[in-house]
Amino acid sequence: MLQAFAFYLFAALVIASATFTILARNPVHSVLWLILAFFNAAGLMIIIGAEFIAMLLVIVYVGAVAVLFLFVVMMLDIDFAELRASFMKNFPLGIAIAAVLLAELVLGIGAWQSGGLELGTASGEAAPLLGRSNIESIGALLYGRYLFLFESAGLILLVAMVGAIVLTHREGRAVRGHQDIAKQIARRPGDATVNTRPESGKGVTL
Amino acid sequence: MIPVFEGWGMSYEAAWTVSTIAGILLIALPLMLAVAMVIYVDRKIWAAMALRRGPNVVGPFGLLQSFADGLKVFLQETIVPSAANKGLFLIAPIITFTVALAAWAVVPFNSGAVLADINVGLLYILAVSSLGVYGVVMSGWASNSKYPFFSAMRAAAQMISYEVSIGFILICVVLWAGSFNMNEIVLAQRGHGLGIVNGFVFNLLLFPMWVMFLISSLAETARAPFDLTEAESELVAGYQTEYSSMSFALFWLGEYANVLLMCTLNAVLFFGGWLPPLEIGFLYWIPGFVWLLLKIAFFFFVFSWIKATVPRFRYDQLMRLGWKVFLPLSLAFVVLVSGWLMFTRYGA
Repeated sequence: MLQAFAFYLFAALVIASATFTILARNPVHSVLWLILAFFNAAGLMIIIGAEFIAMLLVIVYVGAVAVLFLFVVMMLDIDFAELRASFMKNFPLGIAIAAVLLAELVLGIGAWQSGGLELGTASGEAAPLLGRSNIESIGALLYGRYLFLFESAGLILLVAMVGAIVLTHREGRAVRGHQDIAKQIARRPGDATVNTRPESGKGVTL
Repeated sequence: MIPVFEGWGMSYEAAWTVSTIAGILLIALPLMLAVAMVIYVDRKIWAAMALRRGPNVVGPFGLLQSFADGLKVFLQETIVPSAANKGLFLIAPIITFTVALAAWAVVPFNSGAVLADINVGLLYILAVSSLGVYGVVMSGWASNSKYPFFSAMRAAAQMISYEVSIGFILICVVLWAGSFNMNEIVLAQRGHGLGIVNGFVFNLLLFPMWVMFLISSLAETARAPFDLTEAESELVAGYQTEYSSMSFALFWLGEYANVLLMCTLNAVLFFGGWLPPLEIGFLYWIPGFVWLLLKIAFFFFVFSWIKATVPRFRYDQLMRLGWKVFLPLSLAFVVLVSGWLMFTRYGA
């Protein structure tokens, strides 16, 4: 009873907030609805017993990615009326992308049901690794059977990160207000001040 | 608690619901009381360090000061600026407050005394604390005012930066404990220092991690010296500028609940949680939650000590500390700790 209630609550909220993501007039509201959708999707993950994935979804997507989304959307002054005007122009493209996503979903579920990759059992349950916690079984799979795929995924991300840094890094630009903390700490009063007793009328030379 | 309620003739689901609600109340109500007292303690400590008296009028020694403040704030009128985004403006403090309470679900108060004894406990805390930034960002944006907006931008950048290094620090702890479950992390610290003292902090590899965690938790809760989000000399009162009455009080309560949570995390992850500090038999006669409360009180004193003595960081210094010092250091320690564990525990 409780599980069914929780499922319908989370599922309804995911669908509702996903709908409002599209319908919201204000882009900031749109992002906030998207965050609510992420959060409820994490709730669904917990119900099927994938609590590790659920927590990662919240930490990575809700806690970091969506904050940056929100950041950008708040800073940009998007004219939503203009975006709405071009709705009909982009409509066929949107339908095409939706169709591709639907086909991928059907294909993915079909492949999973036939049980080819041994990712899970075909009956629709998650792969049973009895007597182990969620994290341990994911770790055993990622660092055991799929080690090379996992490492290469990491390498691709590293390359992407290096690429992003190379694109934004500008060599030779004067670094304004650069602070050398060791130098600041090593500085003593004697380095900056002199105590002199000039004769009257002579003054000091600097 | 579930078997007790089942013994009264309830079905399992009813017993679960009732015991969960009872557990939530058992944690949330004392927490609210603790927040009220802690605000008083905070003011008393600053006062003592500044050679003032602090609150001493309401009740004996001024003990009821926070309740008087609460009552005053409760009776005030809630003002919503006309240009503000009304819905978000009112939701933002509620989010801050709720999120600050929700994280306490997985905190172990004694052996087995946890509301939700889940095996991803630490990840849950990380997830919930990363939600805290939304309250600040939403309030800053919804206020439709300059200073709150600046403050929200600062808060978002600051919290994300320090969450990265906090994540790596927690990974070191988890590697050593071998579990994400909070209770198992506490138990792994039993007799950790040569079998005499309890706590990961007595480990040479984890001690620097604790120092970094303490500093990062100051930054994560936006306490001094990292309170740039409400730097009154630049931003009036930061994201709270446009708030009044109960919505302001909710921010205040949430903030202090978060500070208490960070003190608890310091105690649980590095100082043995509900274990007594020394591994001696008779110290276990004192119930575990007393030890935990003492440790939390100690860390709270450290927090207000820092607030009373350390000047505020500049924003670029804060970013530099997060990204250029803590991130590489904590990464290096993840490699060190896992290498050491491979060498000693899982070797061959």
